[in-house]
Amino acid sequence: MIAVMASGADSAWSWNLIDDFRDMWSYPFMVNAFRAGSIVAVVAGAVGWFMVLRKQTFAGHTLAISAFPGAAAATLLGISATIGYFAFAFAAAVVVAIAAKPGRRFNEESAVVGTLQAFVLACGFLFVYLYKGFLNSVTAPLFGSSFAITNDQVVTLGAVAAAALAVLVVIGRPLFFASVDSDVAAARGVRVRLHGAVFLVVLGAAAAEASQIAGALLVFSLLVMPAATAQRVSTKPAVSLAVAVVFALIATWAGLVLAYYALYPLGFCISSFAFGGYLLARAARRAA
Amino acid sequence: MSDLFAQAFMQHALLAGTGVALAAGLAGYFLVLRAQIFTTDALGHVAYTGALGALAFGFEPRLGLLVATVLTAIGLAGIGHRARPDDVAIGSTFGWLLALGSFFLTLYTTRPPSNSAGNGVANVSYLFGSIFGLSAGQAVLVAAVAAAAAALIVIGARPLLFASLDETVAAARGVPVRTLGLGFLVLVGIICAQAAQAVGALLLLGLVAAPAGAALRLTARPYVGMALATLIAVLSMWTGLIVSFYTSSVPPSFAILAAATIAFVASTAVGRRSDSGDIGRLGVRPIQGATHVRRSGHRSAGTSPPRRRPGRTRPHFP
Repeated sequence: MIAVMASGADSAWSWNLIDDFRDMWSYPFMVNAFRAGSIVAVVAGAVGWFMVLRKQTFAGHTLAISAFPGAAAATLLGISATIGYFAFAFAAAVVVAIAAKPGRRFNEESAVVGTLQAFVLACGFLFVYLYKGFLNSVTAPLFGSSFAITNDQVVTLGAVAAAALAVLVVIGRPLFFASVDSDVAAARGVRVRLHGAVFLVVLGAAAAEASQIAGALLVFSLLVMPAATAQRVSTKPAVSLAVAVVFALIATWAGLVLAYYALYPLGFCISSFAFGGYLLARAARRAA
Repeated sequence: MSDLFAQAFMQHALLAGTGVALAAGLAGYFLVLRAQIFTTDALGHVAYTGALGALAFGFEPRLGLLVATVLTAIGLAGIGHRARPDDVAIGSTFGWLLALGSFFLTLYTTRPPSNSAGNGVANVSYLFGSIFGLSAGQAVLVAAVAAAAAALIVIGARPLLFASLDETVAAARGVPVRTLGLGFLVLVGIICAQAAQAVGALLLLGLVAAPAGAALRLTARPYVGMALATLIAVLSMWTGLIVSFYTSSVPPSFAILAAATIAFVASTAVGRRSDSGDIGRLGVRPIQGATHVRRSGHRSAGTSPPRRRPGRTRPHFP
């Protein structure tokens, strides 16, 4: 894969955007990376926006990480990595949903989520250890290997993204109500727990998707940073949701370009752009 | 059993592991009470970046670990209200810092004079720990530093407990809440740097969260809880090390984490049956979400929103 990237990097960045993109898109692997990156960015931006609104960053981080044991287990068992990703993300979402029972004493939820996160990572480590493919097989699922996306994977990503977004559209309004004021929402007949649980499963699916691009450890950047930025840009829900999606797209595209030309790791590139935007939004908000 | 203690690497692992588990269990109790488990998550990830950054630029990685976690602890205490930063700021920051770690990994593994395989091993051992690989000197240092941090927490336990349970009242009574919060986080940073050498940067979270969560389910008495959390952490560590010693296919980090997780799950079963251990008696403030709910509940009760007649509930909402 490094050889593929190196062959692509013969051409330098020219500031002529049309030429640059024509150059990048002359490679099929780069076209697929852009397709997959765009799909993932839209889902992560939208789902992440709700995650930040609901103050579920810790749960989101844990679900994102559960993609790693999924990938490792799939490698060990010799099944499709996609199945592994989604199976583990789904299982983790169910555990978090059960732990997030309202009316529990103090901070149990955070202890459960923390334990779950460390345990799934340890499981991932065990699977990798048992597989003994060790050195190379740790880095790719953790930190991303987006330049190896096949056409079939793009189709799968698209299908799951469409399903996740459809669910989000259906539960969006009541979920928003429940997130902003769960008591009043419950009093008005919104099934707060059910919506919360469904959202966690959608979050798990989004995390499983995104981790195939950015790696399990860096998915979280794509979930949290665009949303955090957007909620500083606008207080209007619809506007800030749109800003989050657009901003996730911009960060992903910019990250892909930088990774292609500078040969830096993709997850690092994407999260650097996203984090830069977040810092700018913070500074602008403070100055205003 | 005698061959267990005859091996030098096992002696080192037991020494370092016991020190780390003592400190992590004790600190974890306060971290769960103070709703700072997510902060620990951040510190663990930053530890990895510190180690890889030090390796990439040719410094001592253990120093990199320590500098990264302590600086982050100070930074997190600085950006938060009363040393409690908000989750989104923490998440965004450590998300990027971890990405920076992956960048350092690339620098380190592609640097010409180094051999890529050896560097890959270093990467895995900082992510997931290498407790069986500690030398005698390293083990003594890890155990001593962790034990010292734990001792400082024990000394400050009373005011810290007060500040953790009811910050406002503690501040009104003259407890230096902010300083305590900062000092505690710095100690947690130091502990994380030690724990990262034993169970790895990514897994130390479990050693902090699971024993404390179990202890808080089993008892509502704070000092008993602290002792219990510490005990569960140490027992998990020993169980994990011994299991891993006898079954060569199970890495120690996994065995330790699995033991701690089993303890937590078991405490759920026990704690549910006798639900007498209600920490609410202590006046513990509920989680952020719950305070928010309570506050909004007061507001709506005070301003009395327009009542709608029963039986005419609209299926939709504004």
